[in-house]
Amino acid sequence: MNHEKVEKNIGIMAILIVLVISIGGLVEIVPLMASSAATEPLEGIRPYPALQLAGRDIYVREGCYVCHSQQIRPFRSETERYGPYSVAGEFVYDRPFQFGSKRTGPDLARVGKRYSDEWHRIHFMNPRDLVPESNMPGYPWLASNDVDGELVTRKMRALQRLGDPYSDEEIAAAAAAVAGRTELDAIIAYLQNLGTARSAR
Amino acid sequence: MSAGWTWYVLIMTLASVAACFWLIVWTNRQRASESEIAASEAHVWDEDIRELNNPLPMWWLWSFIITLVWGIGYFVMYPSFSDTGGLLGWSQEAQYEAQVAAAEERYGPIFASYGAMAVEELVDDPKAMNIGASLYANYCSQCHGANALGAAGFPNLTDDTWNWGGSPANIEYAITNGRNATMPALGAVFASDEAINEMVRYVRNMANEMDTTSPAHATYMQLCVACHGPTGQGMQAVGAPSLADDVWLYGSSESAVRKSFVAGRNGVMPAHMNMLGSDRIRILSAYIYSLSR
Repeated sequence: MNHEKVEKNIGIMAILIVLVISIGGLVEIVPLMASSAATEPLEGIRPYPALQLAGRDIYVREGCYVCHSQQIRPFRSETERYGPYSVAGEFVYDRPFQFGSKRTGPDLARVGKRYSDEWHRIHFMNPRDLVPESNMPGYPWLASNDVDGELVTRKMRALQRLGDPYSDEEIAAAAAAVAGRTELDAIIAYLQNLGTARSAR
Repeated sequence: MSAGWTWYVLIMTLASVAACFWLIVWTNRQRASESEIAASEAHVWDEDIRELNNPLPMWWLWSFIITLVWGIGYFVMYPSFSDTGGLLGWSQEAQYEAQVAAAEERYGPIFASYGAMAVEELVDDPKAMNIGASLYANYCSQCHGANALGAAGFPNLTDDTWNWGGSPANIEYAITNGRNATMPALGAVFASDEAINEMVRYVRNMANEMDTTSPAHATYMQLCVACHGPTGQGMQAVGAPSLADDVWLYGSSESAVRKSFVAGRNGVMPAHMNMLGSDRIRILSAYIYSLSR
């Protein structure tokens, strides 16, 4: 085979390119799919209850991951500030995980129970009411939007189909669990649970 | 990882390295010969720009080869194809543990010596107060503010008002175990909107006088007295603020006071024992104690 053949035949070229760029994933990702540390939940990790699941999707919708990571790396400087480092078993029910890649704001992997619900409530409406130096935008509309119980139920059913161990009773009760709750309630419920399964120093 | 996956990673990786090496050798063998130049006559743009297979620049070629060799070394020394950690026996957890142990060896005795001192002594130790200021900035400023002046619902730490008591022991207890102050929602108790308005007026006026002629007074003596006291002085044991002073945790406006009655309040100070440990809490307590001195 010579250059000319590869360069002039787009089919062969495409196949070779796909082959080359898939090597990294095949070596680094595929074996993890068979590794119990990455596929089995850590003790205490459960699929998100209805309200938290709704909150998680609001987190994604509002793009929180753009400024906040959810992954504490195993460095002392990080564990001193945020708490114990993250492990793979904490994220098995995150589809997709919210590791993020940039910290304009602090890491949120262990933000659960760090502040009171009321703190989050005020902070979401206008962060500068509590932290005058903050450059986080306010999200006041979350307080006036209600969580859609029908949508949450459908999401839970979809996740159950993907293998998350939701019981049929949980799914049946989902709409009632989020009835009358605002998106602000949902995202606070989600945040207050983050990282709490591994909180001890 | 099972043995099968170990082999999978091993073979895939080594095959990739070998393929890269082959690629260099192969491309390097193709030299631009005269016949090729002739053949490339078809590939001429703008009169004299020709496409040729020129040899790779040597500096680039060498950096590629060095990368390959380095990659093999890295593969052998670090955990790549097994869980046992390669020749160096390196693991992320062990590196982290070593980092923590080294820091503990260096800073542990310092924190322990401060942890053994009393808060009253620590406040006069400038080094301890420096550490306290850093700890404060990291763990407390989000709620109590960078200047410790607090915010609506989050107490000012620089004044003399302490809802749960301002002694060193009280402060240390609050940081260690947290606090949970509950003002129940009393909206349903009041007969009318006017009754709530009168209550709000009565309570906001308490700093000036206890208006015993107000219809709200009887309600106060019935509902509120248990926590806020007969003269509105509050009760530190349950974190009930004094209503007879000018400090208003949730704001002094009519609407803020009204909301406290109707919807209730729930002030939460999270526990920090897991996060900080007792030595750091001692230093932090001293720092906070020093703020109001």
